[in-house]
Amino acid sequence: MATIEFTDVSRVFQRDGKDFLTLDNINLTVKDQEFVAIVGPSGCGKTTCMRMAAGLEFPTGGTVKVNGVVVKAPGPDRAVVFQQFALFPWKSVYENIDFGLRSKGIALEQRQQVIAGYIDLMNLKGYESAYPHQLSGGMQQRVAIARAYALDPQVLLMDEPFGALDAQTRVVMQEELVKLARKNPRTVLFITHAVEEAVYLADRVVVMTSRPGKIKEILDVKTIREQENWDRHAKIEDVMDLESFVHLRTRIWKSLREEHAGTDH
Amino acid sequence: MNERLSRAEFWRLTLLGTLAFLAVWYLARLLHLAPPQFLPMPHEVLLRLVDLFHTPFAGHVLVDHMLASLGRFAMGFGLAALVGVPLGLMMGWFGWLDDIVSPLFDSLRFIAPVAWVPFAALWFGTGIGGPTLIIFAGAFPPCLINAYRGAKNVDIRFLEAASMLGVGNFRTISEVLFPAAVPSIIAGLRIGAGLGWMSLVGAELIVASSGMGNLIVRAQSAVATDIVMAGMLAIGAVGVVIDILIRRIETMLLKHRQS
Repeated sequence: MATIEFTDVSRVFQRDGKDFLTLDNINLTVKDQEFVAIVGPSGCGKTTCMRMAAGLEFPTGGTVKVNGVVVKAPGPDRAVVFQQFALFPWKSVYENIDFGLRSKGIALEQRQQVIAGYIDLMNLKGYESAYPHQLSGGMQQRVAIARAYALDPQVLLMDEPFGALDAQTRVVMQEELVKLARKNPRTVLFITHAVEEAVYLADRVVVMTSRPGKIKEILDVKTIREQENWDRHAKIEDVMDLESFVHLRTRIWKSLREEHAGTDH
Repeated sequence: MNERLSRAEFWRLTLLGTLAFLAVWYLARLLHLAPPQFLPMPHEVLLRLVDLFHTPFAGHVLVDHMLASLGRFAMGFGLAALVGVPLGLMMGWFGWLDDIVSPLFDSLRFIAPVAWVPFAALWFGTGIGGPTLIIFAGAFPPCLINAYRGAKNVDIRFLEAASMLGVGNFRTISEVLFPAAVPSIIAGLRIGAGLGWMSLVGAELIVASSGMGNLIVRAQSAVATDIVMAGMLAIGAVGVVIDILIRRIETMLLKHRQS
């Protein structure tokens, strides 16, 4: 059982002696093995939410709990996939994935097995000894995802993991992540500004308002996905053509547009 | 005005500078601006340098003096790097260590290495210990400061990734801070090696029997200025070689990085 609970979370930051409210009264529970995506206009604090679950930042009001325990520091039970990958440039693909496993004190043989498994799953075979700068952006992010999954975390936190990728690579990565997430379900908090991505990947989509970020609405995608059996389609473009998908996407899109309109004047 | 010069042009200008320097030198002698015993001519220095390879001066041939100096340098510089780099990295990671060491270090590092000569001789003697301390005093500050700055400037993303992966203090220092700080550390080692090598003459003022500093001091008391200059030339040349070697190490360590 792994849950993420945000209870009355707010965050104030100070600049020039003034208080700025960036997150306002966030209440959200990500259930065990649920995939929740947060979408919102830029600057709404969605990344901060993820970083608070990771223990990289802290709320100024309310509590963030993972598995019922208040988050105090980062740890391998909550693996993060960063937008800019954050692979270690001086470590090979293999060493990057191995770094966290070694720190967990896992025996060599078992580590080799786990790493080989994820290298296989993420289509990185033959690149074990390559260094990050020798790989494309898409491959680098596959390494980062393999590194996170290899930790066998209860919770996965992803901060616009495909934001830095080109459109084609992005689609491939989204399909791979869906396969991985179905095969290997984890409690996932996924941050994105791409509505289609959120609808395609998530069980629930949280829409946030512009700053100060509040939860505007939460949409249940899973029920519709299962009713309409989206998973029978292997390709993202086929899913995106379904009427039920288009309907949901448009609804979230309009909701977000209202927020942008709100910030424009 | 910063376009890269072609290789031929670079060598032409280098040659021009060298020739101009030598011309001024010869001119000073030809115009009798300095007496011969105060200013030997360039070719005399070169001939003396060659001669020193097989004619002992101050008890040893040049190579033996140089080896004695290099041995002391290796001790002092090696110690400075072995202590300075890890200490600097740890200070960059542990705030409390920074607070303990920094005030002391900042007040000691402005003391010229040669100022340690009396104490170096008293505490460690004139054999290997005293000179080692003086070279150490010259080489240690840049080794420490650059490792410290390198550790402080590590991209926060790497530290966040390491903490997320559950990596402990020791591995974070050795496998994240250290590799990330390598360019800064190498720059510190180069400066440290330069300062250490420069402190050598000062260090060897207190050594009686051998070394390049000793050779120069003995030549000075014999008013053999050509030997003094030959010794200076040899010290300079070996300094350049040390610098090139350290840069080689850097290239080796960074070969896997993005340019």
